[in-house]
Amino acid sequence: MSAAAPGTSKAAHGEAGPKKKKGPGALATAYLVIYNVVMTAGWLVIAVGLVRAYLARGSYHGLYYSIEKPLKFFQTGAVLEILHCAVGIVPSSVVLTGFQVMSRVFLTWAVTHSVREVQSEDSVLLFVTAWTITEIIRYSFYTFSLLNHLPYLIKWARYTFFIVLYPMGVTGELLTIYAALPYVQKTGLYSVTLPNKYNFSFDYYTFLILVMVSYIPLFPQLYFHMIRQRKKVLGHTEDYSKIE
Amino acid sequence: MKHYEVEILDAKTKDKLCFLDKVEPNATIGEIKSMFHKSHPQWYPARQSIRLDPKGKSLKDEDVLQQLPVGTTATFYFRDLGAQISWVTVFLTEYTGPLVIYLLFYFRVPFIYTPKYDFTTSKHWVVHLACMCHSFHYVKRLLETLFVHRFSHGTMPLRNIFKNCTYYWGFAAWMAYYINHPLYTPPIYGEQQIRLALIVFLFCQIGNFSIHIALRNLRPPGRFVTLWLFFLPQLGSWLGFTLMTQCLPVAFFTLVGFIQMTVWAKGKHRSYLKEFRDYPPLRSPILPFVL
Repeated sequence: MSAAAPGTSKAAHGEAGPKKKKGPGALATAYLVIYNVVMTAGWLVIAVGLVRAYLARGSYHGLYYSIEKPLKFFQTGAVLEILHCAVGIVPSSVVLTGFQVMSRVFLTWAVTHSVREVQSEDSVLLFVTAWTITEIIRYSFYTFSLLNHLPYLIKWARYTFFIVLYPMGVTGELLTIYAALPYVQKTGLYSVTLPNKYNFSFDYYTFLILVMVSYIPLFPQLYFHMIRQRKKVLGHTEDYSKIE
Repeated sequence: MKHYEVEILDAKTKDKLCFLDKVEPNATIGEIKSMFHKSHPQWYPARQSIRLDPKGKSLKDEDVLQQLPVGTTATFYFRDLGAQISWVTVFLTEYTGPLVIYLLFYFRVPFIYTPKYDFTTSKHWVVHLACMCHSFHYVKRLLETLFVHRFSHGTMPLRNIFKNCTYYWGFAAWMAYYINHPLYTPPIYGEQQIRLALIVFLFCQIGNFSIHIALRNLRPPGRFVTLWLFFLPQLGSWLGFTLMTQCLPVAFFTLVGFIQMTVWAKGKHRSYLKEFRDYPPLRSPILPFVL
């Protein structure tokens, strides 16, 4: 769902027009630079891990196990970004960021980690690859933006790669959830039935189906938002080159 | 008597939408809205936001033209608030839903539970009590809406009714499903727990009602002080209901309601404070009432 986080980033605001809000202070900027550098490095580690494992095994099956730990660590670490918005050092919506991060965390822990049988599925590699490339570009984009030295290549990549990576990631995510369904139903994973003293019930199987269905209205909205952002951010630079 | 000229521009495009000449100095914004409505019939007064500044706050209907910081040619900016619906309609709809929906579950109308339970009644007396309390609560709210409430704004955006109804109706259905379920488990501490819960519930219902009456006669800013007093009994009623039914969805509803009330109260607080900064000459005699 959030293979390429939509352009509500502070950097996108900075590109599109004059900054209306005050930027983060010097200390906050330093912290954010460190945060984004660490995250870039982390996802590079995952990328390298995938490549090495592929070369070592000679096939792309079961590569999840070689990057399981750094994936969990760095994807979960992204929860800090919700805090950044809440505190105000990043001018994005807490709700939107929260939704994006939690949907990634949900897929990492509540689906892939929890249902062992899907870990060897190729769909996992599909979304992990999409996430890895997206995040490397995204975090280096933020890093350079914070340092006010954003290479056009990074900006271009941020607003172009998503065209392929976003659908790729969504496909991987949906196939993985779908693969998990029979095991969830068989074992009653994370499900609660009546009667119980809290008078509550929860069917994780139905919940997963609802999650899959929710992609239908949500994915196009996010995707076309990014396309509009792309026109706005990359559009006028194309005009300048035409004038020359 | 010098007459004013009024021009109304679109807040976004700055297009001249309307020009009114020979406007009385003591004309109110409300009257100007009616005049604007005549030239633009699709924008009825309730959906007009008239401001002095394109990004500024909406002027009130009661504001008088000659008391505003404008010259003899006044320029106002217009923003379309979108389709509006009256507060009374919204309240009535959002409160009638839970009342009816809960009863559908209580009477175990077909297609909710397994067919063998259709139209049966629960064997637990607390379930009947819960139904009475829930229904009493919403009947009370409906009556308050009709006879006690005085609403500060007549309308709200149309989309709010869908939002609000989804919230109230959705939660009502969720709670009612479990409380009236054939496999419902009554509270652990039995009669003691239910009795205590009922006392809390009734106490808060009465408290809420008397505050409503007091609230009716107080206008801002004293009104804000009593807002929090209004919220506490609301919260208390639902805590009582949670205890009575020992049902997790009810606890969730209470929690979400509490969070909403806090956010709402904070927002109101901020807007009232801002109001006093912006309009000190009109409000200063009432300032001592603000804590």
